[in-house]
Amino acid sequence: MSSRDLVLGRVRRALADTGRDETPYEQAMSRAYLRRHGDRTVEETVDLLAENLADYRAIVHRSDTEHLPALLARLLTARGAHRVAVPQGLPPGWLSGVEQVPDRAESTPYELDGVDSVVTGCAVAIAETGTIVLDGSPDQGRRRITLVPDHHICVVRVPGQVVSSVPEALERLDPARPLTWISGPSATSDIELDRVEGVHGPRTLEVVLVSEE
Amino acid sequence: MSGTFVGMPSFPEAAHAAVGNKTLRGNLRHATHTIRAKRAKAVAELSDWAQLREAGRQIKDHTLRHLDRYLMQLEEAVTAAGGTVHWAADADEANRIVTGLVKATGESEVVKVKSMATQEIGLNEALEAEGIRAYETDLAELIVQLGKDRPSHILVPAIHRNRGEIRDIFRSEMGEWGRPAPDGLTDTPAELAEAARLHLREKFLRAKVGISGANFMVAETGTLVVVESEGNGRMCLTLPETLISVVGIEKIVPTWRDLEVFLQTLPRSSTAERMNPYTSMWTGTTDAETADGPRAFHLVLLDNGRTDTLSDQVGRQALRCIRCSACLNVCPVYERAGGHAYGSVYPGPIGAILSPQLRGTESEIDASLPYASSLCGACYEVCPVAIDIPEVLVHLRERVVEGGTVTRAGNKVVLKPAKGHAAERAAMRAARWAFGHPGALRSGQRLASRSRRFLPRTLPGPGRAWSASRELPAVPAEPFRDWWQRTHGGQEAR
Repeated sequence: MSSRDLVLGRVRRALADTGRDETPYEQAMSRAYLRRHGDRTVEETVDLLAENLADYRAIVHRSDTEHLPALLARLLTARGAHRVAVPQGLPPGWLSGVEQVPDRAESTPYELDGVDSVVTGCAVAIAETGTIVLDGSPDQGRRRITLVPDHHICVVRVPGQVVSSVPEALERLDPARPLTWISGPSATSDIELDRVEGVHGPRTLEVVLVSEE
Repeated sequence: MSGTFVGMPSFPEAAHAAVGNKTLRGNLRHATHTIRAKRAKAVAELSDWAQLREAGRQIKDHTLRHLDRYLMQLEEAVTAAGGTVHWAADADEANRIVTGLVKATGESEVVKVKSMATQEIGLNEALEAEGIRAYETDLAELIVQLGKDRPSHILVPAIHRNRGEIRDIFRSEMGEWGRPAPDGLTDTPAELAEAARLHLREKFLRAKVGISGANFMVAETGTLVVVESEGNGRMCLTLPETLISVVGIEKIVPTWRDLEVFLQTLPRSSTAERMNPYTSMWTGTTDAETADGPRAFHLVLLDNGRTDTLSDQVGRQALRCIRCSACLNVCPVYERAGGHAYGSVYPGPIGAILSPQLRGTESEIDASLPYASSLCGACYEVCPVAIDIPEVLVHLRERVVEGGTVTRAGNKVVLKPAKGHAAERAAMRAARWAFGHPGALRSGQRLASRSRRFLPRTLPGPGRAWSASRELPAVPAEPFRDWWQRTHGGQEAR
């Protein structure tokens, strides 16, 4: 007998005392919890996102489409970044004056280790938890480009990409894509259960909230 | 890791040694009290916590009730997304599968994301025996591995170490495993984290094989979820060419939507955060054009006592556990005894009900674990999936004392009553007889009242252990039943 059949057989014998519940799944579940916590205007939701991002030590900036390139240039200069990883689909015109290292399938982790910063868009941002989610779309690139460099600038279009809650975010996401949920810079609570920022992922996370026209 | 759980002394013995260790008690007290207050605050932010907890309970119970169906659905979805699914009935089989997969890549080292399942099966030791070196990359796991120590907490395996001890371990051991600790390393947490970053980076960059567990597996989509803080998880899940995930069969949730419950309850319960810094979700492998992450993905579904646990109608609720460790942080017994005394990778209240079910109650340590509790119920209060840990503890105590039919490795076996509890059984038999014979009970009570000044403060013989840590109840001057009759139920004057 294969181990698969062995384990499945054990499961079925273990459940011999229970009947099958043929109620459709969603009807069988009580989802009495809230879809979002509290009623907020669009502006208040964006403010909450900014507040929660900052609470977990992300650096938050606000801008608009027109002033975004200048802001990005200023942030990268302040950081002293020369080489910047760039996803293939980052809107042209966002970056200038730095050496751009395109996200390529064949680049190695070692190459990325020599990159100073990375600039990406995002798929969705969650106000209640201060989370940005990347889904590998053309303006976000492969997962590793936002992991190996020590400085990540993530551009969030507001209010279009902002949702209130975790349930609302999952509705917008496609599970078939590789997803990375980011809430502040890399951190650990492993020393005396006290949170310290900055371990393996980018130690500096800057989030730019860009107002759409 | 050289630490082992084989041949552990019973919980009272191990705990007795631990409570004498002042440093350990200080470290644990500091850490658990810090997190307790923070957790309470994080949970209070959500007005619908009770409803989220109930939904979590229902989702997990429903999944367990139809586990065979969801396992097959998951297998199909993972396979369709380019992954390969393996089934392991026990630890040895899982270790054989993983070792074989690593060898097939030709590599002799792997990087690991913190995983309870691989700890449980002793994967690192099994790999070592085959000449494969496994590098733990979670900071706390690294501290444990470098210190040749054993984990003592589900979430923070090195919780028993304070910053000074961690600095000393880094200074003396890092050089053995790769890049040594920086000169002049101090004990500030930020510097210790930086030392770990430098030490592990070279390993991440060259790694060809990553090994992980998973917090959740979504049956309908085949998606795996790893929740972490440091980014070591992301490194192991995305940089290597081959990824092997070893996951207990109870980690399934039926639908994508179900994650909306656990992604709210898990971070707040474990690290007291609104959301943990990083969560990775992946479904099989990506196509050649996307080329994001490992090209080969293997999922090893692990039983290792889970189906035995599932066959126990009271005990099966332990399989709802999402390994948040909130129950450890509030437990007065854990706070004083520490994690090592539980003799398992699963310490604390959840360990006291999980280990004896996964491993059986035959060994001394496992038979003693259901007693490692004062039954105060704090663990049940904080559990985000509402596992009634005290109920299961009492149920397992009964099994230890009375014996009975249980399932081991899929087969029904009859356990004999445990030897050490003969006195308890004799006392209970005597009590049953006395309560069934009112005359004898009355005589006995009157005799006890009259001789109460001469009764010892501790019990003799086998009862001594019981009275060593408890006050014997004071015997009243007059038995209650006599008083009731004399005063007509207290209506007449005393």
